Amino acid sequence: MIKKEQVLLEKPDVKKAEDVEKKAGTIEVFVMGKSYKVPAGLTIMKALEYAGYRYIRGCGCRAGFCGACSTIYRIEDEQKLGFDLACQKVVEDKMYLVQLPFVPATKVEYDIDKLEPTESTILEIYPEIARCVSCNTCTKSCPQDIEVMKYIQRAIRGEIAKCAEISFDCIQCGLCAMRCPADIKHYHVSQLARRLRGKYIDTKSKNLAKRLKEVESRKYDSEIEKLIKMDNKGILELYKNRKIEAEEKGPGGD
Amino acid sequence: MKITDGYPEYMMKSIKLVEEKREKNMSQPVKPMSMKSREEVLSKYHPDYMKGTKRELKVGIDKGTILYNGIVDLLEAKPVLDPKDVDLSKIDYDVDLLIIGGGGAGTVAALFAYESGVPKDKILIVTKLRHGDANSMMAQGGIQAADRPEDNPTLHYLDIYGGGHFTNKPELARALALDAPGIISWHEELGVMYDRHEDGEFQELSGGGTCRNRMHSCKDYSGMELMRNIRDKARNLEMPVLEFCPMAELLMDDKGQLAGGIAFNLETFEYYVIRAKATILATGGSGRLHLANYPTTNHYGATGDGLIMAYHVGANLLDLDTIQIHPTGDAYPEPLVGILSTEKIRGLGAIPLNKNGDPFVFPLEPRDVESAMFIQECKRGKGIVTPTGMPGVWLDSPMVDIIHGEGTIETKLAGEVRKFKRFGIDMTKHPILVYPTLHYQNGGVEINEKTETKIPGLFAAGEVSGGVHGKNRLMGNSLLDFNVFGRRSGIYAAKYVKKAKIGKLTLNHLDKYNKMLEQAKIKPAKSAPIILPEYRGEMAISRALDIF
Repeated sequence: MIKKEQVLLEKPDVKKAEDVEKKAGTIEVFVMGKSYKVPAGLTIMKALEYAGYRYIRGCGCRAGFCGACSTIYRIEDEQKLGFDLACQKVVEDKMYLVQLPFVPATKVEYDIDKLEPTESTILEIYPEIARCVSCNTCTKSCPQDIEVMKYIQRAIRGEIAKCAEISFDCIQCGLCAMRCPADIKHYHVSQLARRLRGKYIDTKSKNLAKRLKEVESRKYDSEIEKLIKMDNKGILELYKNRKIEAEEKGPGGD
Repeated sequence: MKITDGYPEYMMKSIKLVEEKREKNMSQPVKPMSMKSREEVLSKYHPDYMKGTKRELKVGIDKGTILYNGIVDLLEAKPVLDPKDVDLSKIDYDVDLLIIGGGGAGTVAALFAYESGVPKDKILIVTKLRHGDANSMMAQGGIQAADRPEDNPTLHYLDIYGGGHFTNKPELARALALDAPGIISWHEELGVMYDRHEDGEFQELSGGGTCRNRMHSCKDYSGMELMRNIRDKARNLEMPVLEFCPMAELLMDDKGQLAGGIAFNLETFEYYVIRAKATILATGGSGRLHLANYPTTNHYGATGDGLIMAYHVGANLLDLDTIQIHPTGDAYPEPLVGILSTEKIRGLGAIPLNKNGDPFVFPLEPRDVESAMFIQECKRGKGIVTPTGMPGVWLDSPMVDIIHGEGTIETKLAGEVRKFKRFGIDMTKHPILVYPTLHYQNGGVEINEKTETKIPGLFAAGEVSGGVHGKNRLMGNSLLDFNVFGRRSGIYAAKYVKKAKIGKLTLNHLDKYNKMLEQAKIKPAKSAPIILPEYRGEMAISRALDIF
């Protein structure tokens, strides 16, 4: 049905490709053990594409946010395993690569509206966190450099807010869960902690509640209706002459 | 080439000038531009106004309108599906509501359709990649909602409408502004961790083209935090999702109603016939088409499929003669080119500077104007050219810590800091190099306040839709858009489902479309939708055989 040649956007420019290689110099990487020569300086993702791979799995946002391209690697003759995102990590010579496009880690289903943020809430839903042996392998495998073991320890102690804070930058790639000797699903645990904190622990905005009531009582309907009915010149004037807060007080924030 | 702190020597020399003038630059800010000078710079340097980027469409309901070349190419391509290959007598999924796209708009739509009474086993989300793989996940800066006492939805409306050059559909801009506080409140209920002051009020920043500080954020992972919560809720409900199954084409019935679609399993190459009483198009944007040859901030799957499929069934499109280039795409180092550096950096006070360390633009103009000013500065020879030939201007990020106190960048821009650190650049100490990048599809399939399209049974929400932002979207309004219109589409589609009766299924519209192409004397070399972009190396492609 969908043939390969139909999706090519432009004719390949082989000369250009040769120039790129010449300019950057090539290095050797091993994709699941198979050798390819690729230009230096590319990310793992772009290097694989350069070699001729077309992604279906293992590729998402291409900018470090989605956790689709978790990659495990080892440089030839080195002891240590490396963990990173294919879209962010630059290839190195003699790198042996394998991508992990899926993580089998069941998420517990819950109704957040029926939970209470007590010291034991997380433990009750994910009891296996109590089996943490403090080996810190999860932290070492996190491509975001999150202190994964620390937030699990906080979760065990029932410190929901702290667990949520430490884990906040988690992109849910699942490398932690794949490496854990205690079979903890860290990224699901921290998801629960963050929702509990956002919903129950953080103080809510009074301004928002007030504005919501105003909108519901249709306070702004007629004002906006007036703008919609205004002629072009009128609305242009209004727009042009509106006061810009950032200009008067400087940018916002704290 | 000697590299210090991530930068080659000649760039470091320019950084020295930036540092020397930092104090002065912070004390003497550049004023916003007049409407007239905005127009002038846009007409000279924005791709929307330049020659050669667009052409007239020769086929279909919008025949005669001007659109970006890359979009016209696909609209004038052959529909990818041959109706002869599909057996419509066997229905693989029979549902009330089909949602195409598992990003923000699609997932929100599913949640609200369920709350509005559609049973979850009668809802089906199909998505090209994984559930949640979408531009929504990548949005960094934040989401707009007028909830401070100094602000109000009327001012928000005025910003949306003026920022869109008064081309938005007013009723859609109104919905966006008025629904916003309700959306933030819904997020509070879900458990979204917004950045707050100690008293619980939101920390709200300014964004380009907004007259009040109303951008709510979750560090610089705002979209990810929203999407994580929304998706977690869908997962807790066990909302049915078919992953790695993009839609190849939509289905109609013999009464001219939309009736579902044909999904394509990317891994087994099978098709699935999905019959649905209502269909919500939530396929997102088209950055991966690289319109006007720009690099993009967009997700791998952002190939504009929704536009093409909707056009094949006769839905009309709006404002695709414009694209949003985001002023601060990364220009250095090479592996980051095109990736976004959030507008929040400017929202927190960082100023763009040229190679001499001099400011040349108010940091928070609307995105199109800010971008055009960056391009102008580079064309005038005042940009910095990287070792690979990419031009750029400095964004003086260390200013943020000077204004708000040491440690602010680390905590509020954690994602950005992490990104640059991988390449040896410390953005808390040195500026970053930026250049406009293709970011957002301003227009799309025309909708009304109920997210209905021209075709009965077809709803659209999020980036694929057109009319909300007119010809330019303001920052913080896309996260808001997918929530506001995702929610509306779920509610209104649920209502529609109660009365809808589907007739005999057909793919005749594809035969008709092929005939139209023939009549317009177009001989398509390509087929569309394209589903995924092609990034294989040219050497590899030139040797590829299609024999397996």
